[in-house]
Amino acid sequence: MFRPAPRASGYFHTAYDQDLALVQTRTERLTLALLIAVLAMFPFIASPFALDLACQVFLACVGSLSLMLLTGYAGQISLGHAGLLAAGAFTTGILAREVSAPFWITLPCSAITGIVLGFVFGLPSLRLRGLYLAVSTLALHFVVIYIGGEYETKRGFSTGIVVEPPSVAGLRMSDGRAWYFVLLAAAAVSLLICINLLRSRSGRAFRAVHARETVAEALGIHIAAYKLLAFVISSSMTSVAGCLFAYYRGFVSIEAFDLFLSIQYVAMIIIGGMGSLLGAILGAAFVVLFPYVIEGMLNLLPNVEKLAGDIFAVNYLAFGVVMIIFLVFEPLGLVGIWHRLQNYFLLWPFRYRPLSGSRK
Amino acid sequence: MQLAVNIVVLSSIYALIACGYVLIYRVSRVLNLAHGELMMLGAYLLLTTAWLFSGHPAIALSAAIGLSLVAGALVYIFLMRRMTGEMVLAAILTTVALGILIRGFVVLVWSAQQQYPAQVLAVSNPSLALPGGARISQWSAVLVATTLIVYAGLFSFLRFGRWGMRTRAAGQNALLAAQRGINLHVVYALAWSLSTLTGALAGILIALDSGITGGMPVIGLKAFPAALVGGLDSLAGALVGSLIVAAAEVLLIYYVDPLLSDVVPFLVLIAMLVMRPWGLFGTREELDRV
Repeated sequence: MFRPAPRASGYFHTAYDQDLALVQTRTERLTLALLIAVLAMFPFIASPFALDLACQVFLACVGSLSLMLLTGYAGQISLGHAGLLAAGAFTTGILAREVSAPFWITLPCSAITGIVLGFVFGLPSLRLRGLYLAVSTLALHFVVIYIGGEYETKRGFSTGIVVEPPSVAGLRMSDGRAWYFVLLAAAAVSLLICINLLRSRSGRAFRAVHARETVAEALGIHIAAYKLLAFVISSSMTSVAGCLFAYYRGFVSIEAFDLFLSIQYVAMIIIGGMGSLLGAILGAAFVVLFPYVIEGMLNLLPNVEKLAGDIFAVNYLAFGVVMIIFLVFEPLGLVGIWHRLQNYFLLWPFRYRPLSGSRK
Repeated sequence: MQLAVNIVVLSSIYALIACGYVLIYRVSRVLNLAHGELMMLGAYLLLTTAWLFSGHPAIALSAAIGLSLVAGALVYIFLMRRMTGEMVLAAILTTVALGILIRGFVVLVWSAQQQYPAQVLAVSNPSLALPGGARISQWSAVLVATTLIVYAGLFSFLRFGRWGMRTRAAGQNALLAAQRGINLHVVYALAWSLSTLTGALAGILIALDSGITGGMPVIGLKAFPAALVGGLDSLAGALVGSLIVAAAEVLLIYYVDPLLSDVVPFLVLIAMLVMRPWGLFGTREELDRV
C-alpha cells in the first residue's frame, strides 16, 4: 500500500503486532529516520524560495492525497476539487474577516464546511457513475465558485479577502520555517490518516466499491454509505488544505480556484499514478515544481526576452503535453516507473521473475 | 421582444456548439472537454486567414473552415486514436489536456489580447431592426441561420447518406460495426472533424460579432449542459436543451442577477442530472463505469 522501498527477501510475520506495524524492517526504519532528518534539516539550509516551494508541495500533497482517496481508491471521479479547496479557504477567510475568529475556530469550521459539501458533492454519486458523476462535480464546482464570487462582490472585497497570519500562543505565524513545519505536519498527518484508513474496514470497502459495485453489495457493503463516506472524508481533508492555503497565502480570492486548479489536482494523481498514495505525493511534487522547472529551462534558452511575457502560455502548453504523454504512454504514472526500476534491480540478473517457485 | 431575440441568439450559439459534443459522444462515447478550446482555435484560424486574405472575406472564411476540418481530423489521428477503447476517464482527461495545450498554443501564436477579425476583414456588423422593436446584430442573425443550416445538414447526413449510416452504426455498437467492415477510425476521424467544424463555425461567428479573447472556451463549456440536458446522444435533444438553458440563463440574468450568467447552465445541469441523467431525448443507457 504505502511501501516505497522494495523488499526482496521474505520477511514473515509471526505476531499480529508485526502485521500491524507501519514500519516493519530495519531498512525501513533507517530510511524513515533518514527522511525525517533530511526534512528537518531542509529549512535551515534551503533558500526562502526553496522553502516556499516545499510548503506549496506539502499543501498540494494534502489535496492530492484526499483526491487519491476518493478517485484512486473509492473510484469516484471528481472534477470539483478546486471548489472544495475554495470552500475551505473562503470559510477561513470569511470567519477571520467578519468575526476575526482565531485559527483554532476557523480550522474546524473549514473541516465542517468540507463535510457538508462532501455530502452534497457525494449525493449525485448515488445515482450517477463515471462520466456523469465527473460532470456533476464539475457543475458543483461552478456553483461553489459562484457563491464565493457573490460574497466577494456583495461585501466589497472584489479583489479578494486579506487573512491575517494566525497567532499560536501569542506567536504570529509569519516565519517561513514555522510554516514549513506546520505544512509538513499537515501533509504527514494526512498521509497517516490515508494509510490507516485504507487498511481498515472502510478502506477495504472503498476498494470493493471501486472494483465492482454489485459484488461489493453482495459482500454486505452499504454502497451508498461508503460512497458518501469517501466524499465526506476526502472533501473535509481538502477543505482543511484550503484553510491552510488561506493562512499561508494570507489572501483569498476566487480567481485562484478556477477549473484549471481542479485539473491540476486530477493531473497530480494521474501523473503520480492511480491507486497509490506514493503516487499522490510524487504527482503533487511534480505538478507544483513543473512550472518552475519550465521557467528555469526557458531561462537557459537564448533570446528569452521575447518569451518572458508569455511564460504562462508556455507553462500551459508544456503542462498539456506532459499530461498527454503520461495518459498515453505511461498510464501507471511516476509510480509505475518507480516500480519498474525496483523490479529491474530486484530481479537482476534476470529480466523476469523466474517461473518456478515464484510467490505471485 | 428583445428578450426573446436574445434567447434565440444565445440558444443558437449553444446549439451550434452543443452538436459537437453530441456528435463525438454519440459515435465514440467520449466527452470532448476540449471542445471550447477547439472552437477558440477555429476563431483564431480565421484571424490568420483574415491577415492572409484581408480583402476577401469569403476566401478567408472558407479557408478557416477548411483548416478547422483538418485540425479536427488531426486531433483524432494523432491523439484520440490512441485513446479508443481506453478507460472513459483517461479519454476525458486526454481531451482536458488537449484543451490546456491549445490554450497555451493560442496565446503563444496569437497573443492573449482581445482581437477583432471583423476589422481585419473589413466587414461591418450593422444592427438590424426586427418587427416588434427588437434589434439583432448582423452576425448574430447569420449565426442563427447557420445553426439551422448545420442542424438540417447533420440530420440529413446522419439519416440518408451512406457515411451517416456508418456513423450511426459505429455509435450503436462499435464492435459489430467494425466486424461488418466499417472502418471505425475513419468514422471517428469524421466525427471529430465535423465536430470541430461546427465548433469552429460557432467560434468564428462569435469572433466576428464580438471579437476573440482567451475566455472563449468558457462559452464552450457552458454549452455542454445544453447537450446533456437534451441527452448526450441526441441531436434534436441538443436543440431543445440549448433552448432551455439559454432561456433560463437570459431570464435569470434579466430578472435576478447578471452575475448568475456563468452558473445558470450548471444549475440546470445539476437539476437534470438529479431528475433524468440521460437527458430529455437521450437513450437510457447503463451509465458507464469508471
